[in-house]
Amino acid sequence: MTAPHTSSSEPAYNTPSADLELVACPHCDLVQRLPALAPGEAARCPRCDKELWRRREDSLERTQALTLAAAILYVVANTVPMLGLSAVGHHASTTLYGGARHLWETGQEVVAVLVLFTAVVAPALQIGFLLAVVLAARRPRPAHWVATLLRHQPKTATWSMIEVMILGVLVALIKIADYASVIAGLALFALGGLVVLLAVMQAAFDPREVWIRVAWADEAARAATAPDAALEATP
Amino acid sequence: MRLGWQSCEACALLSRPVPGADEGRCPRCGEELAFRKHRSIERTWAFVIAAAVCYVPANLLPVMVTTTAAGSAPDTIMEGVILLWSPTGWPLSLIVLFASIMIPSAKIVALIYLLVTVQRGSVANNTQRVRLYRTVELIGRWSMVDVFVDTFTAALVQLQPLMAVEPGPGLFFFAAVVVLTMLAVESFDPRLIWDAAPANEVAHA
Repeated sequence: MTAPHTSSSEPAYNTPSADLELVACPHCDLVQRLPALAPGEAARCPRCDKELWRRREDSLERTQALTLAAAILYVVANTVPMLGLSAVGHHASTTLYGGARHLWETGQEVVAVLVLFTAVVAPALQIGFLLAVVLAARRPRPAHWVATLLRHQPKTATWSMIEVMILGVLVALIKIADYASVIAGLALFALGGLVVLLAVMQAAFDPREVWIRVAWADEAARAATAPDAALEATP
Repeated sequence: MRLGWQSCEACALLSRPVPGADEGRCPRCGEELAFRKHRSIERTWAFVIAAAVCYVPANLLPVMVTTTAAGSAPDTIMEGVILLWSPTGWPLSLIVLFASIMIPSAKIVALIYLLVTVQRGSVANNTQRVRLYRTVELIGRWSMVDVFVDTFTAALVQLQPLMAVEPGPGLFFFAAVVVLTMLAVESFDPRLIWDAAPANEVAHA
């Protein structure tokens, strides 16, 4: 048998399972049906204990509020000074971006890009993607670009490392405090708040609520499933 | 896999490839699908070996060079840990020791253990092995802490001509270890742990 001809070199679309509640555990591949859950309840894989789905109360509204708050703190954290130092008449201060720029100037271009990506770019994408998704998901049938953003959002969260950076900044502060007086800038407090907001924002979001309504890449295949049944099961 | 379903990593939809094909795209989100991550074992080994190679210069070369009127003092990661050790600073010293020395080496050892047991077709301790994988996935990012410590120390301590801190050549290798081990974790497919189990008792997608 040969695969049907497709116009591009990309593989053809698969045929979806008619039962949208049927899933395979991502960690052990056990096939199972997701149970109906009350808000706050979670379904775990009986074999490997991986959490498969946690239904969130009022997920889209809460995520939207938290994402907006995170976006505001993000702007503050990246515009005002984060750390200041004064010793024997010298003053210096730096921002997140300034830390990466100094690395670049001293010949550590690769590390500079990594720091910039994990501390500045990835958090911005993490917040921006999620905000766009929850705003667009207010419509009954979100467009397919929402699915594309949602598909990549977890990857941005993996590489967004503000919480690790805060710990690094604190260690640096204490090291420097031995021989100079350090000033914790406003950005440091904004970043502290941002760490909490990013964690709560990600936890409040239930991606399944968007997946069951979003427009499919292969719209014809959608008709073959029972999307309305899934919608009823998860009002 | 035994039932012919492919599970989408991004949106969790189950779907079947067109007859005769062993890969396709998710009809819902458009992600490219396969029964198992492509060349998972080979790619994970490649990242782990590269990380292990970088681990040596990461620990032997200085990550930070402090220049004062008295001359230049290079510090490796371990010297940084010792320098932080004081009656008040010891908790931080332990954090850096844990994040910069213990986590990266433990990650490399854990990934090698997972790779070897999967390649030998082990059917023992599946639950513990998948838990080990999740732990490695969860704590791996914290090794980045030393990169940030050195970045901000160097950016801030520019008190020429009294004292200046510059990043050292070890920093690149250390950052490489962190990134390579994270990529190794991403390449490893935990479902491989269960593939060696006898097919009788449970259904696989």
